[in-house]
Amino acid sequence: MAAIEFDAVSRDFVTPEGRTYRAIENVSLAVEVGAFVAIVGPSGCGKSTLLNLAAGLLAPTSGSVRVAGARLTGLNRDATYLFQQDALLPWKSVRDNVALGLTLRGTSRAEAHARADAWLARVGLSAFRLHYPRQLSGGMRKRVAMAQNWIIDRAIVLMDEPFSALDVHTRQQMETELLALWEGRSSDQRKTIVFVTHDLEEAIALADCVVVLSAGPAARVVVEHEVTLERPRDLMELRTLPAFIDLYRSLWAVLREEVIRSRAAHA
Amino acid sequence: MPRTRSVLVWQVAVGVVFLASWQALVSLKLLDPFFVSRPSDIGSRIARWLASGSLWGHLAVTLEESLLGLLVGAAIGIALGFALARTPFIARVLDPYIKMLNAVPRVVLAPLFLLWFGLGIWSKVALAVTLVFFVMFFNTFQGVRDADRVFIDNVRMLGASERQLVRHVLIPSALTWIFSSLQTSLGFAMVGAVVGEYLGATRGLGYVIAQAEGTFDTTGVFAGMTVLGVVVVIVSAGVTQLERWLLRWKS
Repeated sequence: MAAIEFDAVSRDFVTPEGRTYRAIENVSLAVEVGAFVAIVGPSGCGKSTLLNLAAGLLAPTSGSVRVAGARLTGLNRDATYLFQQDALLPWKSVRDNVALGLTLRGTSRAEAHARADAWLARVGLSAFRLHYPRQLSGGMRKRVAMAQNWIIDRAIVLMDEPFSALDVHTRQQMETELLALWEGRSSDQRKTIVFVTHDLEEAIALADCVVVLSAGPAARVVVEHEVTLERPRDLMELRTLPAFIDLYRSLWAVLREEVIRSRAAHA
Repeated sequence: MPRTRSVLVWQVAVGVVFLASWQALVSLKLLDPFFVSRPSDIGSRIARWLASGSLWGHLAVTLEESLLGLLVGAAIGIALGFALARTPFIARVLDPYIKMLNAVPRVVLAPLFLLWFGLGIWSKVALAVTLVFFVMFFNTFQGVRDADRVFIDNVRMLGASERQLVRHVLIPSALTWIFSSLQTSLGFAMVGAVVGEYLGATRGLGYVIAQAEGTFDTTGVFAGMTVLGVVVVIVSAGVTQLERWLLRWKS
């Protein structure tokens, strides 16, 4: 069954000059339950728009988004969203940030704290639970944000270029931690992940399925490609495997065209 | 810490040099003490006020008016700032009126307030309110409107209701602006109170200064101004500490 379905979805924005800008056009896409789908495309192609539509933060101009078969109106209550920017509340301690989803749900303070502490131990940040986000490094803040998302245990996890601001090594570490979290469950218990990135290598390394979007405006799905690399995956080794390299080559051939078109459009 | 200490040393030095030159210029008859008094006279006047205890009553009244002005002005300003930030249409409708009201010089309001609220503390409180209100209003409005979009989206995705959104994001976001403007607001509250007293009162520091002016007693005027200045410095040091504690997550 599909966890999320886009059915001929288009979305327009009004520019500050008053013109209509069509970000994505006629996108149809089904994300299976328990799948890890990566969406790649040139910058400004509407990847985040697609994710915001799945989250219910935006409504489609035409077409529809269905979550577990039901048409989405309002926020997607089956999903959490890991934002590209820092979304931790700076005035709450690390622990209160992680516990936030539970607090909002009315969980008692003691229980929320205990469960937040367990998550902080899991992401290796127990020693920082009374710190404020500003006192943490970028990588640590991402870990806290991941714990904040996963603690409320929703079936769908939406991620918008979550690691793009991190340095290469921290980034690979975060990818490894993400896979460990996700692959840690048996395959019929796994969350559905929609992961937006501009980095094809990251997309192939993490996902079961890579979706390439065309250059904007009016972005559409150019190709959907299965990634059959075995799990669990070792990200330190994966990138040198022939199967990985072949896949990278064939998908890059497609993405390359879109990147060139995107550059031409923005030049 | 050596840096803090050298700042303090220099601060004292500036004060001493200023007072000494003032005193010297008067002693050398380059300045007429009738117009500018002299530091030693001002000092002994303040000492006399302190010894007789006459100062405390006036000071207490001024502080009471300032504090009430701060509280009432903050309450109205924060409430209205919040309400308008959440209803952009009404905010746009009222915008020119708010700007017009803010442009009214407060001194012209003082006689009106005397008429409306009498010679007691409430006319001064009202004047302080008109100053504090706008600082608080604009900061709250800005703070709520400026609440980071991504914080709002994140908290909503985590399951927040409208009320929880206000509590966990909008209020804290506005509070950082409100606390940062506490210094200004407090200064304005005292200005409002003193100006009000100056224009018509029977007690308070502004009244003391006005009385002295009425008898060409420049020493009294300067003594009153000095007391006012010292009180503001002490109070704002307290506010700085409070602000540092309230916004401790910012460091």
